[in-house]
Parts: sequence; structure tokens; C-alpha cells
Amino acid sequence: MQSLSAWLVGLIFGVGLILSGMTNPTKVVGFLDFTGAWDPSLGLVMGGAMTVAAIAFRWARGRTRAVLGAPMQIPQSRVLDKRLVFGSLAFGAGWGLAGFCPGPALVAMATGSVAAVVFVTSMLIGMAVF
Amino acid sequence: MTLDWTAFTPWSSLAGGLLIGLAAALFLVLNGRIAGISGVLGGLLRPAPGDLAWRIAFVAGMLMAPLAYALWSPLPLTQNVAGYPMLIAAGLLVGIGTRYGSGCTSGHGVCGLARGSRRSLLATACFMASGFVVVLLARHLGSG
Repeated sequence: MQSLSAWLVGLIFGVGLILSGMTNPTKVVGFLDFTGAWDPSLGLVMGGAMTVAAIAFRWARGRTRAVLGAPMQIPQSRVLDKRLVFGSLAFGAGWGLAGFCPGPALVAMATGSVAAVVFVTSMLIGMAVF
Repeated sequence: MTLDWTAFTPWSSLAGGLLIGLAAALFLVLNGRIAGISGVLGGLLRPAPGDLAWRIAFVAGMLMAPLAYALWSPLPLTQNVAGYPMLIAAGLLVGIGTRYGSGCTSGHGVCGLARGSRRSLLATACFMASGFVVVLLARHLGSG
């Protein structure tokens, strides 16, 4: 059951990424290009997603088990450290260079984008060496 | 700054965002987990016991999304912004950076901000800022 729901979540997530336009690197870079011709689309994607997710996080508050029985695994760390800052800065630099972040790159790879295959391969190597 | 009205897709982006939010909500409610793609992938490379099946299923679902989407609408065009050497460098930065910083646009940007995490707010501010600077350098100062 855990795997079936994970599969469904991955499918819905992926369809959402395609519909939102985020599998297209040009739209992502268009959002980061504040000083040029700015495409605000990514802001609406994040705002919409956050609003729906916030309802679920409200529901989850104080619960110890999820509906399918697994324990709730919500990150507990509250430390604002250098790892978080430098890791996120590095991620943002790669994101701006290619216009891909992990989710959209995976989905774009499945649409047959060779660029996404190259990016994802390199990203997995980066994750593995870390 | 000027708004690029020809590129702006308010309705489909909002609708897609709501679907992403629904996916994140379902994952939390059903599986008790954060739908962070870099976390799902990172855990796949070094799986904890009993952890492999759902991670593979999650990624399989994502990889099947274009097929599902194409059933009712043609897939949107993708226009790349980087050549292969740049894609390789960017992939390494994203791979190392998301593991080091414990998350990406989904885990920190969507889920983290939705649950009011200060760590995620800081992470999102950092990756937005460096993404902005890189695009500024590449687009407006690089070729000058």
C-alpha cells in the first residue's frame, strides 16, 4: 500500500509539473530573470502548491501515525547552519544555469529530453559522491 | 523589470501548482512523509531497510507522468537554456547542493514553507538568490 500511494503521488506530482510548465527550463529561468522580461509563472506554481500542502500539514500537527500506518516523518531539525546555506546556494546556482531542479528534470527525462538525461545523470553522480 | 505577458501562463501554472500541492498533501497524509524529490532520490542511492520499494514506486510514477499527460493533451514544448558542459556542471551542483542543504524546490520550497519551517525559509531564500544571480550574470553581463 505504501508503494501504491507513493506511485500515485509521483504520478500526480509529475502531471502537475508538466501542466504548470516547470518541465520547460526556459520558464524556470524566465522566473529567475527578474531584471529582464520576467515570467512570474513559477511563483504561482509554488504559491498554489504551498496552499494545498499547508492544509495537510495542519492536519498532521500532533499526529504520530499516517493513515496507512507508518510513523509521521517530519524533519525535526531547527538548526540554521552553514551546510544548509552553502548547500542551498550551490543548488540555486545549478538551477539557474540549467533551468532544471530534481523533479522537473526527472519528468523531462521521461519526455525524451536528452538534455534532461545528461543533467539527471550528472545530478545522481553529485548525490552519490556527497 | 518588465512582465513577460506572452510567456506568463497564470492558469495552467496555478492548476499545476495545486496538483503538486495535492500530491504533497496525499504523501503526508497517507505515507507520513515529505514529498521532496531530492530526498526521495538521495535515499534511493543509499536505501534504508524496507525503504527501497516506495522510493522506486514514487520515481516510476513521476516517469510515467508524461504518458498519462499525453493521453488527454499534447506535451508542452521544452526549450533548453544550456549546452552539455553547462548541464553537467549544473547537475553536479544540484546533486551535491540538494544533499548538503537537505532539500530542493519541493522539499524546502513547497513542503518546508507550507509547514512554516525556518530552515526551509532560509534554504529557499538562498537558492532563489543564487539562481537569480547566476541568471543575471549569464543573461545580462556574460555576453557584454
